[in-house]
Amino acid sequence: MESPRRLHLKTFILILIMVLAGPLGNVLLGKAMKQVGPVHPWPPAELLHVFIRVFTSGTIWLGIGSQLVFFAAYMIVLSWADYSYVQPASSIAYAVVALLASTWLGEVVPPLRWVGIAVICLGVFLVGHTHPSTTENG
Amino acid sequence: MVSEFTFFFFIVVFGTTGEMFMSRAMKETGEVKDFRPVALIESIFRALRVRWMWFGVGMMAIGFFSLLAVLSFENVSFVVPVTALSYVVGALGGRFFLGERVSLQRWTGILLVCAGVTLVLIGRS
Repeated sequence: MESPRRLHLKTFILILIMVLAGPLGNVLLGKAMKQVGPVHPWPPAELLHVFIRVFTSGTIWLGIGSQLVFFAAYMIVLSWADYSYVQPASSIAYAVVALLASTWLGEVVPPLRWVGIAVICLGVFLVGHTHPSTTENG
Repeated sequence: MVSEFTFFFFIVVFGTTGEMFMSRAMKETGEVKDFRPVALIESIFRALRVRWMWFGVGMMAIGFFSLLAVLSFENVSFVVPVTALSYVVGALGGRFFLGERVSLQRWTGILLVCAGVTLVLIGRS
């Protein structure tokens, strides 16, 4: 039986990896997709051209790599912590995404969007103060 | 824009349902205690033998391609916070699909997240 302190520590470390790798991946994907151009799902032939443009982009693969690191950390932490704990606790990543998008990609983030993201983080703060596992096998 | 709404719907619903299937698969696989690369690869292969994992991967793939589509014409700092709507789907799914207890405090947090997403949407127009 693992001590609650150790359980919290390893959950924290994996969530930290998630909140760094996830946003980095999103920003890289966003950068790459802007280079690809607007996607129109119809006609299918156009979609094929988009697929080729997407998967020949190096930035897309960097983004996918970063997302894979995120998913690996996510899957590992889900093996002991509850989904309804892990998902909200990792949502601090939304603030990291906005920060990276404004500083790196030069996106204009309106004040109300920052407020919205702050409210999301406040929600995360509340959620983060509950025990990571509430099911019997956790 | 109808297609934009559809893409967001796919990101939130398919992405979240896929994650829940993966969570169920990981719980069936058992807790990951050994973090050495070989042991981690073995854990991944064990997880891939669980049917729920494949459903999860398929649904998450749909969510991922929808995300790529939206990112082609919207800002990352707008798209990603809007996808936080998955918290509603996630909490309901965690409660009813995975049998997790969602406390009042967690529900309050989840409601705040929803309020935050609403502000992000209002701030756009």
